[in-house]
Amino acid sequence: MNLMEYQGKELFRRVGIPVPRSQHCKTADDVAAFVEKNPGNWVVKAQVLMGGRGKAGKIKFAKNADEARAVTTDILATPMPPNRQNPNGEPINAVLVEETLDIALEAYCAIAIDRTTKKPVVMVSKFGGMDIEEVSEKHPESIAKHFIDVAVGYSPFIGRELAFASELDPGFRKQFPAIVAGIYDLFFKYGAKLVEINPLALTKDGRVIASDAKIELDDDALYKNPEFKDWQAVLPLDEDEALAAAAGLGIRNFRRFPGDVGTMANGAGLAMGTMDAVKNAGGEIANFLDVGGGANAERVRKCYELVVNHTPAKVFFVNIFGGITRGDEVAKGIVQAMKETTSRKIPLVIRLTGTNEKEGREILAAAGMTPVETMDEGAKRAVELASA
Amino acid sequence: MSIFLDKNSKVIVQGITGGEGSYHTSRMLAYGTNIVGGVTPGKGGQKTEHGLPVFDTVKNAVNATGATHTVIFVPPPFAADALYEAHEAGITFAVCITEGVPVHDMLKVVATTHGMRIIGPNCPGLISPGRSSVGIMPGHVFKEGNVGLISRSGTLTYEVVDLLTRAGFGQSTCVGIGGDPIIGTTFVDCLREFKNDPQTDAVVVCGEIGGSDEEDAAAFIKAHMPEMPIVAFIGGRNAPPGKSLGHAGAIISGTFGTPQSKINAFKAAGVPVADRPSEIPALLGERLAVRV
Repeated sequence: MNLMEYQGKELFRRVGIPVPRSQHCKTADDVAAFVEKNPGNWVVKAQVLMGGRGKAGKIKFAKNADEARAVTTDILATPMPPNRQNPNGEPINAVLVEETLDIALEAYCAIAIDRTTKKPVVMVSKFGGMDIEEVSEKHPESIAKHFIDVAVGYSPFIGRELAFASELDPGFRKQFPAIVAGIYDLFFKYGAKLVEINPLALTKDGRVIASDAKIELDDDALYKNPEFKDWQAVLPLDEDEALAAAAGLGIRNFRRFPGDVGTMANGAGLAMGTMDAVKNAGGEIANFLDVGGGANAERVRKCYELVVNHTPAKVFFVNIFGGITRGDEVAKGIVQAMKETTSRKIPLVIRLTGTNEKEGREILAAAGMTPVETMDEGAKRAVELASA
Repeated sequence: MSIFLDKNSKVIVQGITGGEGSYHTSRMLAYGTNIVGGVTPGKGGQKTEHGLPVFDTVKNAVNATGATHTVIFVPPPFAADALYEAHEAGITFAVCITEGVPVHDMLKVVATTHGMRIIGPNCPGLISPGRSSVGIMPGHVFKEGNVGLISRSGTLTYEVVDLLTRAGFGQSTCVGIGGDPIIGTTFVDCLREFKNDPQTDAVVVCGEIGGSDEEDAAAFIKAHMPEMPIVAFIGGRNAPPGKSLGHAGAIISGTFGTPQSKINAFKAAGVPVADRPSEIPALLGERLAVRV
């Protein structure tokens, strides 16, 4: 789960990372009232998960209440425009009104999980305020890293070493170890897979402040902090995840694609393999779907309906490897599901292998379905039916 | 020989009286696994439906049975605790089947349980065909032989094993290492074992998108086992960046974890990469023939 900037900054505050003075507002009137009461220079920032707010004109400055009302009205008037990763854009429901910082320098500081060393890694660069991917391309030598031994934990020398190794301006040095202590604390306390401060600002009056906040929380750890349930409620729903949850699947178990071959397999690896097989056969998949273990009638029906009602699939390719699941039971489940469903009917291609495969295929054939023996054969047949 | 597990390995089951634990204990026993007992706090002194002794703590189980291996079927919030308990009791080999373990729990576990090999979490376990199975793999698709197999997935592993078995290639040990970002045992750890295993003459590596475990494996092969016939496969080649498909670890972020980087790494190490699982047996046959 990715957090909005204002949520991330709330966590920063709790672990002692300095953030600009700010107010989270939902309407232009609220923003104007806040600025009226707190005269000064303010910046109004759209609260969305998408990047590219500045370029989209969704970050604007205001010197008084009237200006604040005008720019907020303007920001809220239209959603974030689409980009490659977010083809539907994103609605804007709130803004963050924040004190304008008089920035001298911008740096980058983040903590993430390094899979190879199996340790948290802190990354620091003196090039802040730009995309870190761009930094790692243009100035790879500028990124200093420290892999933290979890058994020992954080110690201030780590922050000092990183500040020297990344050649941070001396102005950052004194306060920097406390910033790293804060992100390390946040990382474990709230189960964050990524905490990124970009930019970490050094103001002209010598303060080190997190000017932006990007945090990704581990979905598997959300249960440890029940308040995140409420935080999640204001986040824009990923439609595929919502559909998966409504069908009783895990949120990672379903994802849509632009093609017309619907798929379902048991197990994530096999489901990915099924997508690849359809592509190899010259087709385009409509979705990824891992039905999990125990493909009973109700489960199969829900998955079938999920695909036919929410994708333009012309054929439904079911790829089951009966390991623990018995082939005849899966076949009975499929036949019953097709009898019960009231959704539109599309042809099924069913690949059924493993335990009791022969019995399973007989049940399917008797019900007028197309059982096949191998994944490649099934993919080929499904692609033919979709283009027929 | 096989790796990690043989007929004499004494295994306990943590969570043996739960639904999953009990069911898979029956299956493992039927396969011939030497299960010597199980642990469910509060049920110590009882017998399971299989007639196995239940203990309150792992320490009691180890003291009474001499177990060295454990397989864990407990809900995600308790998985790390189960691993710590096993480590403290002197268990040297733990398989964690549980899916959905918080990644920070695993960061702490792997940093503090030295001396205990962990397979998983979120994995199907491992099997040394004809000898022992620890986990949830369907025993009947496997056949004893000389091919080692390592995979990040469950059902895709069965698919590949089934193809191998049908083509006449039996297996020495098959390890499902798990689909999470932080796992106890990586491809490289398994390759190191296979390299020294006299029964293993060839290896199949079933990778998937995300992370760099496959790239690390390719580098290890190039440096340390260039003679071994090895074939690779990468699942999820058509996945989009930024979205994880099923496995939490199967995610492409930026240029990181792309299928092409993995394929290139294997090819640079002289390892052929199958475009689809059905090509694996033929590629393996070619590699073995060249060697002979």
